[in-house]
Amino acid sequence: MTMWEPQYEKMPRNELEKLQLERLQHKVTTAYEKVPFYRAKFQEMGVSPKDIKSLDDVKRLPFTSKADFRDNYPFGMMAVPLSDVVRVHASSGTTGKPIVAPYNANDIGTWANLMARTLATAGVHAGDIMQNAYGYGLFTGGLGFHYGGERLGATVIPVATGNTKRQIMLIQDLGTTVLTCTPSYALIVAETARDMGVDLSATQLRLAVCGAEPWTEKMRAEIEANLGIIAIDIYGLTEILGPGVSCECPRKNGMHIWEDHFLAEVLDPATEQPVPYGQRGELVLTTLTKEALPVVRFKTHDIVTLHPEVCECGRTMVRMSKVHGRTDDMLIVRGVNVFPTQIESVLLSVEGVEPHYQIIVDRERHMDDLEIWVEVSEAVFSDEMRSLEELERRVRAEMDSILGIAARVKLVEPRTIARTEGKAKRVVDRREL
Amino acid sequence: MRIKQVSVFVGNEPGRLVDMLKPLADGQIDIQALSVADSTDFGIVRMVVSDTQSAVKALHDAQFTARVNEVLAYDMPNVPGGLLTTVVEPLAKAGVNLEYFYAFTESEAGKAKVVLKVSDIDRAEKVLGPG
Repeated sequence: MTMWEPQYEKMPRNELEKLQLERLQHKVTTAYEKVPFYRAKFQEMGVSPKDIKSLDDVKRLPFTSKADFRDNYPFGMMAVPLSDVVRVHASSGTTGKPIVAPYNANDIGTWANLMARTLATAGVHAGDIMQNAYGYGLFTGGLGFHYGGERLGATVIPVATGNTKRQIMLIQDLGTTVLTCTPSYALIVAETARDMGVDLSATQLRLAVCGAEPWTEKMRAEIEANLGIIAIDIYGLTEILGPGVSCECPRKNGMHIWEDHFLAEVLDPATEQPVPYGQRGELVLTTLTKEALPVVRFKTHDIVTLHPEVCECGRTMVRMSKVHGRTDDMLIVRGVNVFPTQIESVLLSVEGVEPHYQIIVDRERHMDDLEIWVEVSEAVFSDEMRSLEELERRVRAEMDSILGIAARVKLVEPRTIARTEGKAKRVVDRREL
Repeated sequence: MRIKQVSVFVGNEPGRLVDMLKPLADGQIDIQALSVADSTDFGIVRMVVSDTQSAVKALHDAQFTARVNEVLAYDMPNVPGGLLTTVVEPLAKAGVNLEYFYAFTESEAGKAKVVLKVSDIDRAEKVLGPG
């Protein structure tokens, strides 16, 4: 196995930490000087860039949250002029407005390089034919993998998601060796192939690089068995980079975080204090090399465990577990981030009142299904069927528009949604993730 | 003539209708006319009852969403074409739209009644008379 950048990937810890500190100091200075939002925050906390003398001093820096992105929408956290920005991606915010992530030319180059490193770590090489079935568009998955594959020198087929029968035809005809897609889509591909009578293990397909949503070891075993491949886990998030923040090597023993580009902390969500290695906590990330959007101590809300032991593959970079869960109520449905607060704001805007609602997430035949139960109160009850149907239709249309994915809407009786201590249980997630 | 009608939102699950009718029976409330508009997940049950206020209270106590609407009720002769000539044709001629309606025969032979919700209640009353 050839490493993409062995000089970094196998860098001794003390050297790596020295590099991290240098980059952190530089990045913090840039954030302070170029981003009014950060300057104000630093001043509020009485900390200045020159106070960062060791990696330990990172705890003196302020946190960044999704709310900060929302409050500074769209370009309030940018450190470069908009004219330098060559790409803008976006992801779901907690309300109607998305999280906007700008990239300058250097950032695109950094990202492509990190994704090449990521794909190489997963076991992809320049001779591979990579079928990229992640969504292309504002979502970072499609273009993130695309640029990484091209930088690596693989042959990239930008199929994007959907049209599964054709994807299977391409796998057979073009000799696809690597499939990059969400884990649930990998299962849809497996099932469609079975329905078509196609044996995927007889094709050249040998590897899938899966991410953008949580998946269990059980799902991995299913994907590997049904497609006749190895399935590798990858992690990323729009606010920090997109895909390519961390990735598994073929040892499948945790995802190596690219620590030369990201400073990772794992903190107790309640006390905000660091937890020791091997213990669960919230992953907090600081970008060390991103230019257009430097981010300091971003609370990811992802609960993980870090393992520092040098991996059998030789990489010295810390390994993170799969995401155990979230500290907030965000859901990932069909690869899209969904917040209950988004659903609340839709119901409020359509009905004028905020009814009691419940979000039921289930998975049928590997496709995530989102159903929203809305209690019909006196305020919205009409005795005409078409008014209620119209209400259902409007809620469904608004949901589709705000969430970006289709949700079923079911009008239910007032007593239907269980309440504990007066508060309704907002989310029922029936998927075994 | 105008009458009060109770409409109830009922989830489409086994037993819901039992739970809805029981409080009415317990409250000695008589249902004089009833119809159900059905949809996949729920139905709207419309009733003309002996005591509208008590019915609504009983339903609310049983945690049902219920409301009172004003609808029209007319007598018709229980003969072929009775509904057509007494109510439907006159309203159609006057351009009044029918939202829904349900009809039933009276215990008195030769008589039937229709309950209807219209798009323009004033106009409908003008056309059909006080009934």
